[in-house]
Amino acid sequence: MNSGKTVGGAVREWIDERLPVSKFLEDQLLKYYAPKNFNFLYFFGSLAVLVLINQIVTGIVLAMHYKPAAELAFDSVEYIMRDVSWGWLLRYLHSTGASLFFIVIYIHMFRALFYGSFKKPRELLWLFGMVIFVLLMGEAFMGYLLPWGQMSYWGAQVIISLFGAIPVIGEDLAVWIRGDYVIADATLNRFFALHVVALPLAILGLVVFHLAALRTTGSNNPDGIEIKKNRNLVGIPKDGIPFHPYYTVKDLYVAGIFLIIFSYIVFYSPEMGGLFLEHPNFDPADPMKTPEHIQPVWYFTPFYSILRAIPSKLGGVIGMGASIVVLFLLPWLDRCPVKSVRYRGPLFKIALTGFVISFLALGVLGTKPVTDLNTLLARIFSGVYFAFFVLMPIFSSIEITKPVPDRVTEPVIPLSKREGFQWRMIEEGLSALQHAPAYLYIKSILAKVSGKVSGSN
Amino acid sequence: MKKLIAAWLCLFIWGSTVAASEQSLDHVSVDVFDELSVIRGAAYFGDYCLGCHGLKQIRYSRLVKDLKVNEAKLKKTILFGDIKIHESIKSSMTPELGETVFGVAPPDLSLVVRSRGSDWVFTYLKSFYVDAKRPYGVNNVLLPNVAMPNVLWELQGSQRPLVESVHGEDQVVGVQLIEKGSLSERQFDSALTDIVNFLAYVSEPSKLQRVPLGKYVIGFLLLLTYILYKLKKEYWKDID
Amino acid sequence: MMIEGVDIEKRRFLTKTATVVGAVGAGFLAVPFLSSMRPSAKAEAMGAPVEVDIAKLEPGQRVVVLWRGKPVWVVRRTTEALASLAALDNEVADPNSDQSQQPQSSKNEARAIKAEYFVAVGVCTHLGCSPVYRPEVAPADLGVDWKGGFFCPCHGSKFDFAGRVYKGVPAPVNLDIPPHYYISDTRIMIGLDGEKA
Repeated sequence: MNSGKTVGGAVREWIDERLPVSKFLEDQLLKYYAPKNFNFLYFFGSLAVLVLINQIVTGIVLAMHYKPAAELAFDSVEYIMRDVSWGWLLRYLHSTGASLFFIVIYIHMFRALFYGSFKKPRELLWLFGMVIFVLLMGEAFMGYLLPWGQMSYWGAQVIISLFGAIPVIGEDLAVWIRGDYVIADATLNRFFALHVVALPLAILGLVVFHLAALRTTGSNNPDGIEIKKNRNLVGIPKDGIPFHPYYTVKDLYVAGIFLIIFSYIVFYSPEMGGLFLEHPNFDPADPMKTPEHIQPVWYFTPFYSILRAIPSKLGGVIGMGASIVVLFLLPWLDRCPVKSVRYRGPLFKIALTGFVISFLALGVLGTKPVTDLNTLLARIFSGVYFAFFVLMPIFSSIEITKPVPDRVTEPVIPLSKREGFQWRMIEEGLSALQHAPAYLYIKSILAKVSGKVSGSN
Repeated sequence: MKKLIAAWLCLFIWGSTVAASEQSLDHVSVDVFDELSVIRGAAYFGDYCLGCHGLKQIRYSRLVKDLKVNEAKLKKTILFGDIKIHESIKSSMTPELGETVFGVAPPDLSLVVRSRGSDWVFTYLKSFYVDAKRPYGVNNVLLPNVAMPNVLWELQGSQRPLVESVHGEDQVVGVQLIEKGSLSERQFDSALTDIVNFLAYVSEPSKLQRVPLGKYVIGFLLLLTYILYKLKKEYWKDID
Repeated sequence: MMIEGVDIEKRRFLTKTATVVGAVGAGFLAVPFLSSMRPSAKAEAMGAPVEVDIAKLEPGQRVVVLWRGKPVWVVRRTTEALASLAALDNEVADPNSDQSQQPQSSKNEARAIKAEYFVAVGVCTHLGCSPVYRPEVAPADLGVDWKGGFFCPCHGSKFDFAGRVYKGVPAPVNLDIPPHYYISDTRIMIGLDGEKA
C-alpha cells in the first residue's frame, strides 16, 4: 500500500482496488495486438466513433434551443442559425456530421466486403454492425423531420405511408407510428424523443457490443490472415503490434486529416450543392403543398431507388427491406474459405465491382425524377445488386482462389506487383507524369520546404 | 465485360442528367461581402417589397452589426415607424389582409434565396410581362399566373411575352421590353443584383462570419495534423 | 538518449507538442459550445431597455415596470422620506453603498441620479422575493421605530427609502440600482447608463 510515490500513482492505485481501470486500459490498448498491415480502409471505424461523439455533443447543445413543436420547430432552427451565439456553427457541425457519418460507414462496410471481415469468426461482429447501421438509418430519418421543412415533412409522409402497405395491420401501424392520420405535431414530438434519447442510447450500447466482439476475435487485415495463428515464444502474434502507441498515433493523424475535410465543408460549403442541406427544406412544411420532387437525403437514395424500381407498393417495400436484410445474411451466403479480395477468384472481383457500381448508380438514380429510362436503369441495377447476394453461394463455391500466405504482406500492394493490364496502363501513365517538367518543379519546391522544416527540428 | 457495360451505363445516367435540366435561368453574381450593395438592396427592399413581404427571421439590430450601419441610416432605408432596433423585420401586411387583396398571403422572404436560389430570384424579378387577363395586369414567365404585381415596373419598364408553339400549345418562352422605365437595362440589372445580394445576406447572415473564419480553422488543423504526422512517422520507425 | 535506435527525446518532444497544440485546439473548440448557452439575441431583445413616464407620479407614489423579467420600482420620494435617510446611517449595514450594485451616478446618500426619484430593482437581495412598499411611519406590525421603506415578507428583511438594507436581517446587501438615465425630466430609460452613440 506504500507504492505509488506520486499523488497520481496513489489515486490510480485507490481506483484500481475498487474498479480495474488500469488493467482494462492495459488490456485494450497495450496488450491488444492489431495486425501491422492496416491500410487506408481500416481507419473508418475510429472515424465513425469521432463522428458519433460530434453528433452527440453538438446534438446536446442544439437540443437546448430547438423546439419540437410543429408551430415552433422551423423558426427555432432559424433562431439557432441567427440569434444563438455560434448557433450556425453548431448546426452545420451537426448536419455535416450526419452526412459524413454515412460516407464513413459506407466505406467501413465496404472494407468488410473487400477483406472478408464479416466471415468466420467475425459473423457476430458483422451482425452488430448491421444493427448499428439500421439504427443509424432510423436516427438520421427521424433527425431529418426535426427542421420541419418541406422535404422533412413530405419525405416522412412518403416513407411512413410505406408501412401502410403491409397487409392487414399496415394502416393501423402507420397511424400508431405517426400518432395521427398524417405527419403532424404528435409525430414530430415523438421523433424528437426517439432521436435525442432512445436511439443514441441504443447505438452507444451496440457500439460497445461491436467493439467487444472485435476484441474477442481480433481484427482482420488486408491479407485476410488470422495473425493469432502465428505467435512468438511469449504468445504475441508475430504480425501483431500493440494498438497503443502505434494505432493510437496513426488514428490521431488520420483524424486530423478528416477534420480538415470536415472543416472545409462546414466553413465553405455546408449545403454541398443541396446534397447535405436540401434547398426545399428552407421552406417551412406546408401540408397543402407537395414539392415537385420529393427525394430522401443522399445517403438513403440507393435503397429508395430499389423501392421505386418495383412497380407494386408492397413489392417495393419488400424489395427495399430485402436489400438491407440480405446484408445480414452475408456471412452465410459467402462459401469461400478465403477472406481477402487479394487471394479470391476473378468471379468474386467482378461480382463485387458490379455490386459497388450498382450501389452508386442506384444512389444517383435516387436523386433523379421518375422517367422511363431512369426506371429501366434502376431495375437493371437493382437486379445487379441482388444478384451479388443471390448468386454468391454459387460463385463463391466455384471461384478459383490464390494461395493465401502464412504471414501478412504490405498494407498496400505496390503497383509493380499487381497483375493485370489495367495496372500496367496506370503504371505507364504515372511514369509519364513523373517525368513531366511541372511535376519535377513542384517536387523540388516541396523538397526545399521540408528540408528547411526538418533542418530546424 | 460487366464492368464495361456498367461504366457505359454510368455515363448514360450522367448524360441524361444534363439533358433533363430545368428552365434556364439568368445568372447573377452574388457577393454578400459587398456591404454597400447589400445596403442598397435593403433600401430597395424597404421601398418596394416591405409593404407586403416580411423578413421575420432577421432583426434590425443584426443589420446594424453586420453591415456596420447605424440606426439613423436604417431608419432611412428599411426601419420605418415606431419599431425598436432589436425587433425582427416584419411587414405591415398581415396574412389575412394579403389573402383578401391578392388571394394568397405574400410569403416571407427571409429564406427565399436559400430555397429557390439567387438565379431564380433574379430571373423572377426580371420576367414580368403585361397580361390584360390578370387582376394586376401582369404575369410572370417563371411563375405563371402569379398573384404578385410587378412592383419594379417604374424602374424596369413594361415587357411583352414572346410566345412559341411547343407541342401544339402556346408557351411563353421569353420577354421583350416595350416601354422603358427610369433605369436602363444595365442599371436595372444592377439594382436587381443589389436586391438579390440583400436577400442572399438575409438568407444566411452568418455567412459573413463563417467564410472568414474558415482559413484560421483549417490553418490550425494543418499545423496540428503536421505535428501528428511527424509523431506517427517517428513511432512507426519501429515497424519494418 | 537512444535505446536500441529509439529516439526517446524526439518522441517526448513530439508528444508534448502535439498535446499542447491539441489542448489549444480543444480550448478554441469549447468556445462555441459554451458561448451558445449565453443569452441569445432573442433574450437580449426581450431584456431590452424600458422607458418609464413619470410625469403623473405623485409624491409618495410608486410605479413598477418589468425589465429583464424583474420588477423595477420608480418611487417619487417625499421630503420627509429623504430627510429620514441621514438618521438611519447607523441602522443600515452599508450606509455608503460600498458592497451593493449600483451605477456610479447613483452612488450617493440618496442612491439616485435625482434625489426625488428612487429607481431600484425590486428584488430582495436575500433570496429573490419582491419586497412590499411600506412608506407609512410606525405602523402596528412593523413597530414604532419604522421610519418607512420596503419590507420583505418572505424572511423579514428591511430596507430604507434608499433601498439600504438594515443590520441584523437575512438580506446581505442593499437593493440593486439598475443602469438608467433621464431622457427628459419626465421620462427615464431603464437598462442603459446613457444614450447609445
